[in-house]
Amino acid sequence: MPTLHLTADEEAMLGGRDGDGVALAMRVIVGQARISDAPRLVEITSSHVDSCLYHGRVSLDFAHRLVDLGARVRVPATLNVGSTDLIHPDLVRDHELAAAGRELMAAYVELGCTPTFTCAPYQLPNRPALGEHIAWAESNAIVFANSVLGARTDRYGDFLDVCAAITGRAPYAGLQTPEARRGTMVFDCRPLGEFTDLTYPLLGHHIGSVVGAEIPVLLGIPSDVGEDDLKALGAAAASAGGVALFHAIGVTPEAPTSIDGLPVRVVDLETLQRVRRELSTVASELDAVSIGTPHASYAECVRLSELVVGPPLKLPFYLSTARATRERLAENGVLQVLEAAGVTVVVDTCTYITAILSPTWKYVMTNSGKWAHYAPGNINVSAILGSLSECVASARAGHVVLDS
Amino acid sequence: MIIHGRSLHPGTATGTPIRLTAPLSFWGGTDTEGRIVDAHHPQCGAVLTGRILLMESGRGSSSASSVLAEQIRARTAPAAIILSRPDPIIPLGALIAAELYNLNLPVVVASYDAIPAGALVQVTDGTITW
Repeated sequence: MPTLHLTADEEAMLGGRDGDGVALAMRVIVGQARISDAPRLVEITSSHVDSCLYHGRVSLDFAHRLVDLGARVRVPATLNVGSTDLIHPDLVRDHELAAAGRELMAAYVELGCTPTFTCAPYQLPNRPALGEHIAWAESNAIVFANSVLGARTDRYGDFLDVCAAITGRAPYAGLQTPEARRGTMVFDCRPLGEFTDLTYPLLGHHIGSVVGAEIPVLLGIPSDVGEDDLKALGAAAASAGGVALFHAIGVTPEAPTSIDGLPVRVVDLETLQRVRRELSTVASELDAVSIGTPHASYAECVRLSELVVGPPLKLPFYLSTARATRERLAENGVLQVLEAAGVTVVVDTCTYITAILSPTWKYVMTNSGKWAHYAPGNINVSAILGSLSECVASARAGHVVLDS
Repeated sequence: MIIHGRSLHPGTATGTPIRLTAPLSFWGGTDTEGRIVDAHHPQCGAVLTGRILLMESGRGSSSASSVLAEQIRARTAPAAIILSRPDPIIPLGALIAAELYNLNLPVVVASYDAIPAGALVQVTDGTITW
Protein backbone atom coordinates (compact mmCIF):
# COMPACT_ATOMS: atom_id res chain seq x y z
CA MET A 1 0.00 0.00 0.00
CA PRO A 2 1.61 3.35 -1.03
CA THR A 3 2.18 6.03 1.55
CA LEU A 4 0.35 9.25 0.80
CA HIS A 5 2.77 12.07 0.09
CA LEU A 6 1.57 15.63 0.68
CA THR A 7 3.32 18.78 -0.50
CA ALA A 8 4.30 21.43 2.05
CA ASP A 9 1.36 23.54 0.87
CA GLU A 10 -1.07 20.65 1.38
CA GLU A 11 0.36 19.90 4.83
CA ALA A 12 -0.14 23.55 5.72
CA MET A 13 -3.79 23.46 4.60
CA LEU A 14 -4.31 20.33 6.68
CA GLY A 15 -2.66 22.02 9.65
CA GLY A 16 -5.00 25.00 9.56
CA ARG A 17 -2.87 27.68 7.85
CA ASP A 18 -5.82 28.70 5.65
CA GLY A 19 -8.43 28.36 8.39
CA ASP A 20 -10.53 25.64 9.95
CA GLY A 21 -12.81 25.30 6.91
CA VAL A 22 -9.91 24.45 4.61
CA ALA A 23 -8.50 22.08 7.24
CA LEU A 24 -11.83 20.22 7.44
CA ALA A 25 -12.02 19.96 3.64
CA MET A 26 -8.41 18.73 3.52
CA ARG A 27 -9.14 16.05 6.17
CA VAL A 28 -11.88 14.73 3.86
CA ILE A 29 -9.60 14.77 0.78
CA VAL A 30 -6.73 13.10 2.65
CA GLY A 31 -9.04 10.49 4.18
CA GLN A 32 -10.40 9.59 0.76
CA ALA A 33 -6.90 9.55 -0.75
CA ARG A 34 -5.78 7.00 1.86
CA ILE A 35 -8.81 4.79 1.20
CA SER A 36 -8.11 4.93 -2.55
CA ASP A 37 -4.38 4.12 -2.03
CA ALA A 38 -3.46 7.39 -3.77
CA PRO A 39 0.29 8.16 -3.65
CA ARG A 40 -0.42 11.92 -3.78
CA LEU A 41 -3.06 14.55 -4.45
CA VAL A 42 -3.57 16.27 -7.80
CA GLU A 43 -4.37 19.94 -8.42
CA ILE A 44 -7.73 20.41 -10.10
CA THR A 45 -8.89 23.24 -12.36
CA SER A 46 -12.64 23.07 -11.67
CA SER A 47 -15.27 21.31 -9.62
CA HIS A 48 -18.92 20.47 -10.23
CA VAL A 49 -20.69 20.20 -6.91
CA ASP A 50 -23.62 17.81 -6.41
CA SER A 51 -23.83 18.26 -2.63
CA CYS A 52 -26.38 21.08 -3.11
CA LEU A 53 -29.15 18.49 -3.57
CA TYR A 54 -30.95 18.08 -0.23
CA HIS A 55 -30.75 14.64 1.41
CA GLY A 56 -31.76 15.57 4.96
CA ARG A 57 -30.51 17.62 7.88
CA VAL A 58 -26.91 16.45 7.34
CA SER A 59 -26.77 18.26 3.98
CA LEU A 60 -27.50 21.60 5.66
CA ASP A 61 -25.33 20.90 8.72
CA PHE A 62 -22.29 20.20 6.51
CA ALA A 63 -22.74 23.25 4.28
CA HIS A 64 -23.37 25.53 7.26
CA ARG A 65 -20.32 24.16 9.06
CA LEU A 66 -18.15 25.05 6.05
CA VAL A 67 -19.72 28.53 5.84
CA ASP A 68 -19.29 29.09 9.60
CA LEU A 69 -15.62 28.06 9.39
CA GLY A 70 -15.05 30.62 6.64
CA ALA A 71 -14.37 28.21 3.79
CA ARG A 72 -14.42 29.45 0.16
CA VAL A 73 -13.87 27.55 -3.06
CA ARG A 74 -10.45 28.21 -4.63
CA VAL A 75 -11.22 26.88 -8.13
CA PRO A 76 -14.27 27.62 -10.31
CA ALA A 77 -17.12 25.48 -8.98
CA THR A 78 -20.43 25.01 -10.76
CA LEU A 79 -23.51 23.74 -8.90
CA ASN A 80 -25.61 20.74 -9.80
CA VAL A 81 -29.40 20.70 -9.61
CA GLY A 82 -30.98 21.35 -6.22
CA SER A 83 -34.30 20.25 -4.75
CA THR A 84 -36.31 23.22 -5.97
CA ASP A 85 -36.80 25.53 -8.95
CA LEU A 86 -35.77 28.96 -7.66
CA ILE A 87 -37.23 30.71 -10.71
CA HIS A 88 -40.59 28.89 -10.60
CA PRO A 89 -40.91 28.04 -6.87
CA ASP A 90 -44.63 27.22 -7.15
CA LEU A 91 -43.81 24.12 -9.23
CA VAL A 92 -42.60 22.15 -6.19
CA ARG A 93 -45.52 20.76 -4.18
CA ASP A 94 -43.55 19.85 -1.01
CA HIS A 95 -42.96 23.25 0.61
CA GLU A 96 -40.80 21.91 3.43
CA LEU A 97 -38.47 20.20 0.94
CA ALA A 98 -38.43 23.31 -1.24
CA ALA A 99 -37.50 25.53 1.73
CA ALA A 100 -34.69 23.21 2.84
CA GLY A 101 -33.52 22.89 -0.77
CA ARG A 102 -33.44 26.67 -1.18
CA GLU A 103 -31.47 27.12 2.06
CA LEU A 104 -28.91 24.53 0.94
CA MET A 105 -28.51 26.04 -2.53
CA ALA A 106 -27.92 29.46 -0.90
CA ALA A 107 -25.27 28.02 1.43
CA TYR A 108 -23.29 26.66 -1.52
CA VAL A 109 -23.47 30.01 -3.29
CA GLU A 110 -22.13 31.56 -0.06
CA LEU A 111 -19.15 29.19 -0.30
CA GLY A 112 -18.33 30.80 -3.64
CA CYS A 113 -19.89 28.27 -6.00
CA THR A 114 -21.51 29.62 -9.19
CA PRO A 115 -25.33 29.30 -9.13
CA THR A 116 -25.59 27.30 -12.35
CA PHE A 117 -27.92 24.64 -10.89
CA THR A 118 -27.60 22.27 -13.80
CA CYS A 119 -26.64 18.62 -14.18
CA ALA A 120 -25.14 19.43 -17.59
CA PRO A 121 -22.26 21.82 -16.78
CA TYR A 122 -20.60 20.75 -20.05
CA GLN A 123 -23.27 22.82 -21.84
CA LEU A 124 -21.90 26.00 -20.18
CA PRO A 125 -18.93 28.05 -21.38
CA ASN A 126 -15.39 27.43 -20.04
CA ARG A 127 -15.57 23.67 -20.08
CA PRO A 128 -12.46 21.66 -19.24
CA ALA A 129 -10.03 20.62 -21.97
CA LEU A 130 -8.43 17.30 -22.85
CA GLY A 131 -6.19 16.05 -20.05
CA GLU A 132 -7.31 18.60 -17.42
CA HIS A 133 -7.73 17.25 -13.90
CA ILE A 134 -11.12 18.19 -12.45
CA ALA A 135 -13.36 17.03 -9.61
CA TRP A 136 -16.84 16.67 -10.99
CA ALA A 137 -19.74 15.00 -9.25
CA GLU A 138 -23.09 13.93 -10.84
CA SER A 139 -22.78 10.70 -12.76
CA ASN A 140 -23.81 12.01 -16.18
CA ALA A 141 -21.47 15.00 -15.92
CA ILE A 142 -18.61 12.71 -14.90
CA VAL A 143 -19.06 10.35 -17.83
CA PHE A 144 -19.41 13.25 -20.28
CA ALA A 145 -16.31 15.06 -18.99
CA ASN A 146 -14.19 11.92 -19.05
CA SER A 147 -15.44 10.47 -22.32
CA VAL A 148 -16.39 13.35 -24.61
CA LEU A 149 -14.09 16.11 -23.31
CA GLY A 150 -11.20 13.88 -22.23
CA ALA A 151 -10.90 15.75 -18.94
CA ARG A 152 -10.08 13.60 -15.90
CA THR A 153 -12.32 13.03 -12.94
CA ASP A 154 -13.01 10.05 -10.75
CA ARG A 155 -16.45 9.25 -9.30
CA TYR A 156 -16.81 11.13 -6.04
CA GLY A 157 -19.32 10.88 -3.24
CA ASP A 158 -21.30 13.84 -1.94
CA PHE A 159 -19.23 16.19 0.30
CA LEU A 160 -15.98 15.36 -1.51
CA ASP A 161 -16.83 17.55 -4.51
CA VAL A 162 -17.01 20.75 -2.45
CA CYS A 163 -13.97 19.75 -0.36
CA ALA A 164 -12.04 19.41 -3.64
CA ALA A 165 -13.22 22.88 -4.68
CA ILE A 166 -12.15 24.35 -1.31
CA THR A 167 -8.69 22.75 -1.32
CA GLY A 168 -8.16 22.72 -5.12
CA ARG A 169 -7.10 19.08 -4.76
CA ALA A 170 -8.39 15.57 -5.39
CA PRO A 171 -6.86 12.17 -4.64
CA TYR A 172 -4.59 11.08 -7.51
CA ALA A 173 -6.40 7.82 -7.99
CA GLY A 174 -8.90 6.05 -10.22
CA LEU A 175 -9.69 7.88 -13.48
CA GLN A 176 -7.28 10.71 -12.62
CA THR A 177 -4.50 8.26 -13.61
CA PRO A 178 -3.84 7.31 -17.27
CA GLU A 179 -3.62 3.58 -16.60
CA ALA A 180 -7.21 3.40 -15.30
CA ARG A 181 -8.56 5.10 -18.44
CA ARG A 182 -7.72 2.40 -20.97
CA GLY A 183 -10.62 0.67 -22.68
CA THR A 184 -11.01 -2.98 -21.67
CA MET A 185 -14.18 -4.28 -23.33
CA VAL A 186 -15.40 -3.71 -26.89
CA PHE A 187 -19.07 -3.27 -27.76
CA ASP A 188 -19.45 -3.85 -31.49
CA CYS A 189 -22.46 -1.70 -32.44
CA ARG A 190 -22.06 -2.07 -36.20
CA PRO A 191 -25.03 -4.48 -36.53
CA LEU A 192 -27.33 -1.65 -35.32
CA GLY A 193 -27.25 -0.01 -38.75
CA GLU A 194 -28.75 3.45 -38.78
CA PHE A 195 -28.92 5.17 -35.37
CA THR A 196 -32.02 7.08 -34.24
CA ASP A 197 -32.16 9.41 -31.21
CA LEU A 198 -33.56 6.53 -29.12
CA THR A 199 -30.66 4.22 -30.01
CA TYR A 200 -28.35 6.16 -27.69
CA PRO A 201 -30.18 5.86 -24.33
CA LEU A 202 -31.02 2.21 -25.07
CA LEU A 203 -27.41 1.41 -25.97
CA GLY A 204 -26.18 3.29 -22.89
CA HIS A 205 -28.52 1.38 -20.61
CA HIS A 206 -27.43 -1.93 -22.12
CA ILE A 207 -23.73 -1.14 -21.71
CA GLY A 208 -24.23 0.02 -18.12
CA SER A 209 -26.14 -3.16 -17.30
CA VAL A 210 -23.48 -5.59 -18.55
CA VAL A 211 -20.10 -3.84 -18.40
CA GLY A 212 -19.37 -4.25 -14.67
CA ALA A 213 -16.05 -2.62 -13.76
CA GLU A 214 -14.71 -2.72 -17.34
CA ILE A 215 -14.14 0.43 -19.46
CA PRO A 216 -16.31 0.15 -22.59
CA VAL A 217 -14.99 0.82 -26.11
CA LEU A 218 -17.78 1.40 -28.65
CA LEU A 219 -17.25 0.42 -32.24
CA GLY A 220 -19.65 1.61 -34.94
CA ILE A 221 -20.92 4.87 -33.45
CA PRO A 222 -21.59 7.28 -36.36
CA SER A 223 -18.64 9.65 -36.68
CA ASP A 224 -20.96 12.67 -36.97
CA VAL A 225 -22.79 11.88 -33.70
CA GLY A 226 -23.71 15.02 -31.75
CA GLU A 227 -23.07 15.86 -28.13
CA ASP A 228 -26.75 15.53 -27.21
CA ASP A 229 -26.74 11.90 -28.29
CA LEU A 230 -23.48 11.20 -26.44
CA LYS A 231 -25.03 12.85 -23.38
CA ALA A 232 -28.05 10.52 -23.58
CA LEU A 233 -25.81 7.47 -24.02
CA GLY A 234 -23.51 8.37 -21.13
CA ALA A 235 -26.32 9.30 -18.74
CA ALA A 236 -28.11 6.00 -19.31
CA ALA A 237 -24.87 4.01 -18.94
CA ALA A 238 -23.96 5.83 -15.73
CA SER A 239 -27.35 5.27 -14.10
CA ALA A 240 -27.68 1.64 -15.15
CA GLY A 241 -24.20 0.61 -14.05
CA GLY A 242 -21.91 3.32 -12.78
CA VAL A 243 -20.04 3.83 -16.06
CA ALA A 244 -17.73 6.84 -15.58
CA LEU A 245 -15.85 6.65 -18.90
CA PHE A 246 -16.47 5.19 -22.33
CA HIS A 247 -14.53 5.43 -25.55
CA ALA A 248 -16.14 5.60 -28.99
CA ILE A 249 -13.78 4.83 -31.85
CA GLY A 250 -13.59 7.70 -34.34
CA VAL A 251 -15.53 9.95 -31.98
CA THR A 252 -14.03 10.46 -28.50
CA PRO A 253 -10.53 11.87 -27.95
CA GLU A 254 -8.96 9.00 -26.00
CA ALA A 255 -10.43 6.08 -27.95
CA PRO A 256 -7.85 3.36 -28.63
CA THR A 257 -6.36 2.97 -32.08
CA SER A 258 -6.27 -0.81 -31.72
CA ILE A 259 -8.73 -3.15 -30.03
CA ASP A 260 -6.73 -6.32 -30.62
CA GLY A 261 -6.94 -8.72 -27.72
CA LEU A 262 -9.91 -7.08 -26.00
CA PRO A 263 -13.07 -9.09 -25.36
CA VAL A 264 -15.89 -8.20 -27.78
CA ARG A 265 -19.64 -8.11 -27.20
CA VAL A 266 -21.90 -7.67 -30.19
CA VAL A 267 -24.92 -5.36 -29.85
CA ASP A 268 -27.74 -5.91 -32.32
CA LEU A 269 -31.27 -4.56 -32.73
CA GLU A 270 -32.73 -7.46 -30.80
CA THR A 271 -30.58 -6.51 -27.79
CA LEU A 272 -31.91 -2.96 -27.85
CA GLN A 273 -35.51 -4.12 -28.29
CA ARG A 274 -35.08 -6.22 -25.14
CA VAL A 275 -33.62 -3.22 -23.28
CA ARG A 276 -36.59 -1.13 -24.35
CA ARG A 277 -38.99 -3.75 -23.00
CA GLU A 278 -37.11 -3.75 -19.67
CA LEU A 279 -36.97 0.03 -19.28
CA SER A 280 -40.32 0.93 -20.68
CA THR A 281 -43.80 0.02 -19.49
CA VAL A 282 -46.27 -1.15 -22.11
CA ALA A 283 -49.28 1.11 -21.81
CA SER A 284 -51.65 3.11 -23.92
CA GLU A 285 -52.83 5.35 -21.11
CA LEU A 286 -50.66 8.40 -20.48
CA ASP A 287 -50.78 11.17 -17.87
CA ALA A 288 -47.83 13.43 -18.74
CA VAL A 289 -44.54 13.76 -20.63
CA SER A 290 -41.20 14.78 -19.12
CA ILE A 291 -38.04 15.41 -21.11
CA GLY A 292 -34.70 17.08 -20.38
CA THR A 293 -32.86 14.53 -18.22
CA PRO A 294 -29.99 15.43 -18.24
CA HIS A 295 -30.93 19.07 -18.76
CA ALA A 296 -31.91 19.78 -22.37
CA SER A 297 -29.39 21.69 -24.45
CA TYR A 298 -30.31 24.84 -26.37
CA ALA A 299 -30.46 22.81 -29.60
CA GLU A 300 -32.81 20.24 -28.03
CA CYS A 301 -35.12 23.00 -26.79
CA VAL A 302 -35.21 24.56 -30.25
CA ARG A 303 -36.04 21.20 -31.80
CA LEU A 304 -38.89 20.76 -29.29
CA SER A 305 -40.18 24.25 -30.10
CA GLU A 306 -40.39 23.27 -33.76
CA LEU A 307 -42.28 20.06 -32.97
CA VAL A 308 -44.87 21.61 -30.64
CA VAL A 309 -46.10 24.14 -33.20
CA GLY A 310 -49.40 22.82 -34.54
CA PRO A 311 -52.33 21.03 -32.91
CA PRO A 312 -52.41 21.66 -29.12
CA LEU A 313 -50.89 19.30 -26.55
CA LYS A 314 -53.59 17.52 -24.55
CA LEU A 315 -51.29 16.37 -21.74
CA PRO A 316 -48.98 18.22 -19.30
CA PHE A 317 -45.51 18.46 -20.88
CA TYR A 318 -42.38 19.19 -18.81
CA LEU A 319 -39.00 20.28 -20.11
CA SER A 320 -36.07 20.44 -17.65
CA THR A 321 -33.15 22.65 -18.59
CA ALA A 322 -30.50 24.95 -17.16
CA ARG A 323 -31.42 28.49 -16.11
CA ALA A 324 -28.69 29.76 -18.48
CA THR A 325 -30.28 27.89 -21.39
CA ARG A 326 -33.71 29.25 -20.44
CA GLU A 327 -32.36 32.79 -20.55
CA ARG A 328 -30.99 32.24 -24.03
CA LEU A 329 -34.31 30.71 -25.12
CA ALA A 330 -36.13 33.78 -23.79
CA GLU A 331 -33.79 36.18 -25.62
CA ASN A 332 -34.43 34.40 -28.91
CA GLY A 333 -38.18 33.98 -28.52
CA VAL A 334 -38.02 30.19 -28.25
CA LEU A 335 -39.19 30.12 -24.62
CA GLN A 336 -42.32 32.02 -25.61
CA VAL A 337 -43.11 29.43 -28.32
CA LEU A 338 -42.66 26.58 -25.85
CA GLU A 339 -44.77 28.17 -23.14
CA ALA A 340 -47.50 29.18 -25.60
CA ALA A 341 -47.73 25.52 -26.63
CA GLY A 342 -48.26 24.54 -22.99
CA VAL A 343 -44.75 23.26 -22.20
CA THR A 344 -43.79 23.77 -18.53
CA VAL A 345 -40.12 24.74 -18.40
CA VAL A 346 -38.39 23.53 -15.21
CA VAL A 347 -34.97 24.89 -14.21
CA ASP A 348 -32.52 24.40 -11.30
CA THR A 349 -33.88 20.92 -10.55
CA CYS A 350 -35.40 17.93 -12.34
CA THR A 351 -38.79 16.24 -12.35
CA TYR A 352 -37.54 12.88 -11.02
CA ILE A 353 -35.75 14.17 -7.90
CA THR A 354 -38.33 16.47 -6.39
CA ALA A 355 -42.09 16.79 -6.02
CA ILE A 356 -43.24 18.45 -9.25
CA LEU A 357 -45.41 15.92 -11.09
CA SER A 358 -48.87 15.21 -9.67
CA PRO A 359 -48.86 12.20 -7.29
CA THR A 360 -52.00 10.95 -9.06
CA TRP A 361 -50.17 10.43 -12.37
CA LYS A 362 -49.25 6.83 -13.12
CA TYR A 363 -47.90 6.78 -16.68
CA VAL A 364 -45.29 9.29 -17.78
CA MET A 365 -43.43 9.29 -21.07
CA THR A 366 -39.81 10.37 -21.46
CA ASN A 367 -37.02 10.25 -24.02
CA SER A 368 -34.42 9.73 -21.27
CA GLY A 369 -32.97 6.37 -20.27
CA LYS A 370 -31.85 7.91 -16.99
CA TRP A 371 -35.31 9.24 -16.15
CA ALA A 372 -36.88 5.88 -17.06
CA HIS A 373 -34.40 4.14 -14.75
CA TYR A 374 -34.83 6.34 -11.66
CA ALA A 375 -38.35 7.84 -11.79
CA PRO A 376 -40.31 4.65 -10.95
CA GLY A 377 -38.43 4.27 -7.64
CA ASN A 378 -38.17 7.98 -6.84
CA ILE A 379 -41.62 9.33 -7.65
CA ASN A 380 -43.68 6.16 -8.10
CA VAL A 381 -44.64 6.32 -11.77
CA SER A 382 -44.39 3.89 -14.65
CA ALA A 383 -42.10 5.23 -17.36
CA ILE A 384 -42.66 4.87 -21.09
CA LEU A 385 -39.60 5.49 -23.22
CA GLY A 386 -40.04 7.16 -26.59
CA SER A 387 -38.20 9.39 -29.02
CA LEU A 388 -38.73 13.14 -28.83
CA SER A 389 -41.19 13.05 -31.72
CA GLU A 390 -43.07 10.13 -30.10
CA CYS A 391 -43.24 12.16 -26.86
CA VAL A 392 -44.78 15.13 -28.69
CA ALA A 393 -47.16 12.95 -30.74
CA SER A 394 -48.32 11.20 -27.55
CA ALA A 395 -48.89 14.47 -25.67
CA ARG A 396 -50.92 15.69 -28.63
CA ALA A 397 -52.99 12.50 -28.88
CA GLY A 398 -53.53 12.17 -25.12
CA HIS A 399 -52.28 8.58 -25.15
CA VAL A 400 -49.12 6.69 -26.05
CA VAL A 401 -48.26 6.91 -29.75
CA LEU A 402 -45.20 4.97 -30.89
CA ASP A 403 -43.77 4.91 -34.40
CA SER A 404 -43.27 1.15 -34.43
CA MET B 1 -12.95 -15.91 16.78
CA ILE B 2 -11.15 -12.87 15.48
CA ILE B 3 -10.61 -11.27 12.04
CA HIS B 4 -8.18 -8.44 11.37
CA GLY B 5 -9.47 -6.31 8.50
CA ARG B 6 -8.53 -2.96 7.02
CA SER B 7 -10.19 -0.07 8.81
CA LEU B 8 -11.68 2.55 6.46
CA HIS B 9 -13.27 4.47 9.31
CA PRO B 10 -12.56 3.86 13.00
CA GLY B 11 -15.08 3.19 15.74
CA THR B 12 -16.52 0.52 17.98
CA ALA B 13 -19.84 -1.29 17.64
CA THR B 14 -21.64 -4.43 18.74
CA GLY B 15 -24.55 -6.15 17.04
CA THR B 16 -25.83 -9.11 15.09
CA PRO B 17 -24.83 -9.49 11.45
CA ILE B 18 -27.04 -9.07 8.42
CA ARG B 19 -25.48 -10.31 5.21
CA LEU B 20 -26.71 -8.79 1.94
CA THR B 21 -27.03 -11.19 -0.95
CA ALA B 22 -26.88 -8.36 -3.54
CA PRO B 23 -25.18 -4.94 -3.62
CA LEU B 24 -27.19 -2.04 -2.22
CA SER B 25 -27.18 1.68 -2.94
CA PHE B 26 -28.08 3.66 0.17
CA TRP B 27 -29.55 6.38 -2.07
CA GLY B 28 -32.81 5.10 -3.46
CA GLY B 29 -32.17 1.75 -1.79
CA THR B 30 -32.85 2.58 1.86
CA ASP B 31 -35.19 5.01 3.60
CA THR B 32 -34.50 7.35 6.52
CA GLU B 33 -35.65 4.60 8.91
CA GLY B 34 -32.82 2.31 7.76
CA ARG B 35 -35.11 -0.04 5.85
CA ILE B 36 -34.25 -1.52 2.43
CA VAL B 37 -36.82 -0.09 0.01
CA ASP B 38 -35.25 -1.04 -3.34
CA ALA B 39 -38.01 -3.20 -4.83
CA HIS B 40 -35.45 -5.11 -6.92
CA HIS B 41 -33.32 -6.03 -3.89
CA PRO B 42 -33.83 -9.62 -2.64
CA GLN B 43 -33.87 -8.40 0.97
CA CYS B 44 -36.31 -5.52 0.40
CA GLY B 45 -38.07 -4.72 3.69
CA ALA B 46 -35.16 -5.73 5.94
CA VAL B 47 -34.15 -3.14 8.56
CA LEU B 48 -30.42 -2.42 8.82
CA THR B 49 -30.56 -0.15 11.89
CA GLY B 50 -28.22 -1.34 14.65
CA ARG B 51 -27.02 -4.37 12.67
CA ILE B 52 -23.50 -5.30 11.59
CA LEU B 53 -23.99 -4.91 7.86
CA LEU B 54 -21.99 -7.33 5.71
CA MET B 55 -21.95 -6.51 2.01
CA GLU B 56 -19.57 -6.84 -0.91
CA SER B 57 -19.51 -3.16 -1.81
CA GLY B 58 -21.72 -0.15 -2.21
CA ARG B 59 -23.42 0.37 -5.55
CA GLY B 60 -24.40 3.25 -7.73
CA SER B 61 -25.10 6.77 -6.68
CA SER B 62 -22.56 9.11 -5.17
CA SER B 63 -25.37 10.45 -2.96
CA ALA B 64 -25.01 7.28 -0.87
CA SER B 65 -22.53 9.15 1.34
CA SER B 66 -25.20 11.75 2.16
CA VAL B 67 -27.85 9.16 2.87
CA LEU B 68 -25.55 7.17 5.18
CA ALA B 69 -24.40 10.30 7.04
CA GLU B 70 -28.04 11.32 7.51
CA GLN B 71 -28.89 7.86 8.91
CA ILE B 72 -25.94 8.07 11.32
CA ARG B 73 -27.21 11.48 12.51
CA ALA B 74 -30.77 10.16 12.89
CA ARG B 75 -29.51 7.00 14.69
CA THR B 76 -31.06 4.76 12.03
CA ALA B 77 -27.79 3.59 10.43
CA PRO B 78 -26.25 0.12 10.78
CA ALA B 79 -23.97 -0.28 13.83
CA ALA B 80 -20.99 -1.11 11.61
CA ILE B 81 -20.38 -1.87 7.94
CA ILE B 82 -18.05 -4.65 6.79
CA LEU B 83 -17.24 -4.67 3.08
CA SER B 84 -15.34 -7.26 1.09
CA ARG B 85 -14.00 -4.62 -1.34
CA PRO B 86 -12.85 -1.06 -0.51
CA ASP B 87 -15.44 1.54 -1.45
CA PRO B 88 -14.75 5.23 -0.86
CA ILE B 89 -18.38 6.40 -0.80
CA ILE B 90 -19.41 4.55 2.39
CA PRO B 91 -16.50 5.66 4.63
CA LEU B 92 -17.01 9.21 3.31
CA GLY B 93 -20.50 9.23 4.85
CA ALA B 94 -19.00 7.91 8.10
CA LEU B 95 -16.26 10.57 8.11
CA ILE B 96 -18.72 13.44 7.64
CA ALA B 97 -20.93 12.16 10.47
CA ALA B 98 -17.84 11.97 12.69
CA GLU B 99 -16.82 15.53 11.79
CA LEU B 100 -20.29 16.97 12.35
CA TYR B 101 -21.75 14.90 15.19
CA ASN B 102 -18.83 13.06 16.72
CA LEU B 103 -20.58 9.77 15.94
CA ASN B 104 -18.32 7.01 14.63
CA LEU B 105 -19.67 4.16 12.53
CA PRO B 106 -16.82 1.71 11.94
CA VAL B 107 -16.25 0.70 8.30
CA VAL B 108 -13.98 -2.29 7.71
CA VAL B 109 -12.80 -4.24 4.68
CA ALA B 110 -12.53 -7.91 5.62
CA SER B 111 -13.39 -11.31 4.31
CA TYR B 112 -16.49 -11.91 6.40
CA ASP B 113 -17.66 -15.35 5.25
CA ALA B 114 -16.69 -16.97 8.57
CA ILE B 115 -19.01 -14.77 10.63
CA PRO B 116 -22.03 -16.91 11.59
CA ALA B 117 -25.59 -15.61 11.39
CA GLY B 118 -26.93 -14.80 14.84
CA ALA B 119 -23.50 -14.28 16.43
CA LEU B 120 -22.94 -11.26 18.63
CA VAL B 121 -20.24 -9.42 16.73
CA GLN B 122 -17.96 -6.75 18.08
CA VAL B 123 -16.10 -4.35 15.80
CA THR B 124 -13.23 -2.22 17.10
CA ASP B 125 -11.63 -0.24 14.28
CA GLY B 126 -10.31 -2.98 11.95
CA THR B 127 -10.76 -5.87 14.40
CA ILE B 128 -13.87 -8.07 14.27
CA THR B 129 -14.55 -10.57 17.08
CA TRP B 130 -17.41 -12.89 18.02
